[in-house]
Amino acid sequence: MDWGSLDLELIAMQLFSGVALGAVFVMLALGLSIIFGMLGIVNFAHGNVFMVGAYAGVFVMERTGSFWAALLLGPLLVGALGLLVERFLIRPLAGRPPDDALLLTFGLGYVLVEGVRILFGSDGLPFATPEELSGVVDLGVGFFPIFRIFVIGVVALVLVALWVGLERTKVGLIVRAGARDPEILRVLGVDIERLWLWVFGLGIALAALGGVLAAPMRSVNPEMGNVVLGEAFAVTVIGGMGSLLGSVVAGLLAGIVVSMTALLAPEMASIAMFAFMALVLLVRPQGLFGKPGLGA
Amino acid sequence: MQPLDQTVLATAPPAPRRSPLAEGALSRWRAPLSILALLVLPFLLPSQALAVNVLIYGLYAVGYNLLYGYTGLLSFGHAAFFGTGAYVTGIAIGTFGLHPLAAIGLAVAAAGVLALAIGAVSIRSRGIYFAMVTLALAQLVYYAALQASGWTGGENGLRGFTVARIGLGPVAFDILNPLTKYFVVLAFVGAAMAMMSRILASPFGSVIEAIRENETRARACGFDVERTKLLAFVLSGLFCGLAGALFAIHLSIVPLDSLAYNTSGMAVVMTLVGGAGTFFGPFVGALAVLVLEDALSLWTPHWQLALGTVFILFVLFLPRGLWGTALARLATMRGRP
Repeated sequence: MDWGSLDLELIAMQLFSGVALGAVFVMLALGLSIIFGMLGIVNFAHGNVFMVGAYAGVFVMERTGSFWAALLLGPLLVGALGLLVERFLIRPLAGRPPDDALLLTFGLGYVLVEGVRILFGSDGLPFATPEELSGVVDLGVGFFPIFRIFVIGVVALVLVALWVGLERTKVGLIVRAGARDPEILRVLGVDIERLWLWVFGLGIALAALGGVLAAPMRSVNPEMGNVVLGEAFAVTVIGGMGSLLGSVVAGLLAGIVVSMTALLAPEMASIAMFAFMALVLLVRPQGLFGKPGLGA
Repeated sequence: MQPLDQTVLATAPPAPRRSPLAEGALSRWRAPLSILALLVLPFLLPSQALAVNVLIYGLYAVGYNLLYGYTGLLSFGHAAFFGTGAYVTGIAIGTFGLHPLAAIGLAVAAAGVLALAIGAVSIRSRGIYFAMVTLALAQLVYYAALQASGWTGGENGLRGFTVARIGLGPVAFDILNPLTKYFVVLAFVGAAMAMMSRILASPFGSVIEAIRENETRARACGFDVERTKLLAFVLSGLFCGLAGALFAIHLSIVPLDSLAYNTSGMAVVMTLVGGAGTFFGPFVGALAVLVLEDALSLWTPHWQLALGTVFILFVLFLPRGLWGTALARLATMRGRP
């Protein structure tokens, strides 16, 4: 084997890792964008919701011993928590400046972190890759971990389900109309509050699902949320706020940028995504898929 | 997306959160009165170290308040300026053996230059977008400091630059004495407060408040909104850099945490709890949060649960903060609208 083919193999491996990493970013950015698009607020607890999702996964897995139960029940539990937050904390802020909801979710972040520390301790928890998904598979250019392929598959499934739900169903039509003009929808007799409630819950559940999926790939600890929040914001800013397509493209791009930097200059890997964001901002302040005037 | 557009175009802007006493006597004497209040503070608190922290975090929140409270820009990345001030001070003294006063000057300048760079990238984005961009850029600075561990000490923090005496020539104060240290720090903080009062009373101060109240109208009046915002951002960074420099000298160590998200959040919490857009509010907020921490951490390591809960209650029920609400009450009692 010569050096050229070895390099190619390595690059293919890193590219693939980047897509798996990016798939998790996509989950995060999608949740943020859906909530922002409908309710017009930024969830500053999003990173911590991701962290709580990972812990909910650990919790369910300990009780049931099944990763599949964790994958399903974890996001549902956290999503239910999201419904309560929307109903009792976000909704009272209707009519106040949008900064207020942002600040509230920021305060909620503290509560989530300390809540998890009280329930599960301050140290990190191990989250083993489920047995049926461990191991590697040969894809011709190299051996890839099955779990990462699984993560990409789950995210692709969620994307298809979201697309069908939004574009091909009556509820999706109402949601899209609500993002454009909630007042008209209210006049037409749609219970917009209930819509906001469920959309908020959905966004939260998506972040939690990202947390469960990422748990075997990165360490689970109460502080992981703050790191993830910065990453989720960078991805959202790159893609353009409120654009679902932007979230998907930017999430994958950011994952690839991070893992390729890890290959070429490992010490720059953590900086790469944010530098990429700054670069995008200088060229296109509204993000790759954002509409001018929304944020910039 | 609709709510955003509405806040820009609607005839009724979001309820202003500034003190209705803006033109009163309290306002004219705000800098001397603030310094007077801070002069007695160390004798009211259980420890002088706590009092010094109130000064430093108060100044940090004052700098932040110029941007959030007065200009209406919600930044979540001010740890970048606080931490840069702290690191530059530590490196200038520890590595290059600079005089502490020169180190502080250098640190403030460095924070200003960084604010110019971050401001230039982020100022074009508005509203909640701005909060996300500043947060992400501050993370960039955090990771850069983590990687440059040869300079910054990485995760262990920066050590080895203890300052025992501070001053010029024969006039030097022994800051190993806690009370002397408090008054030395207060000299810097007091000067900064006087400067801040001047800035707010200047035409520039009126323009930033105009931008906060209605950016579109300020632009229509012919003000260069972008440059004004950038100037406010840089000034805010300078004050936070000074706070960071004093923090480094106070602790004799710079933890990596001084650049972290939580430190950015602390400026937001203290400013809002005290009263955004009020002159003395940030100190009240710093005092309230630090006393809460001091009292609760005796009982439980989970004091931030209380901090988060208190903060949520403030957002819901007392968005003007402690000082802002007190000022509003005072104004009502005097019969002013």
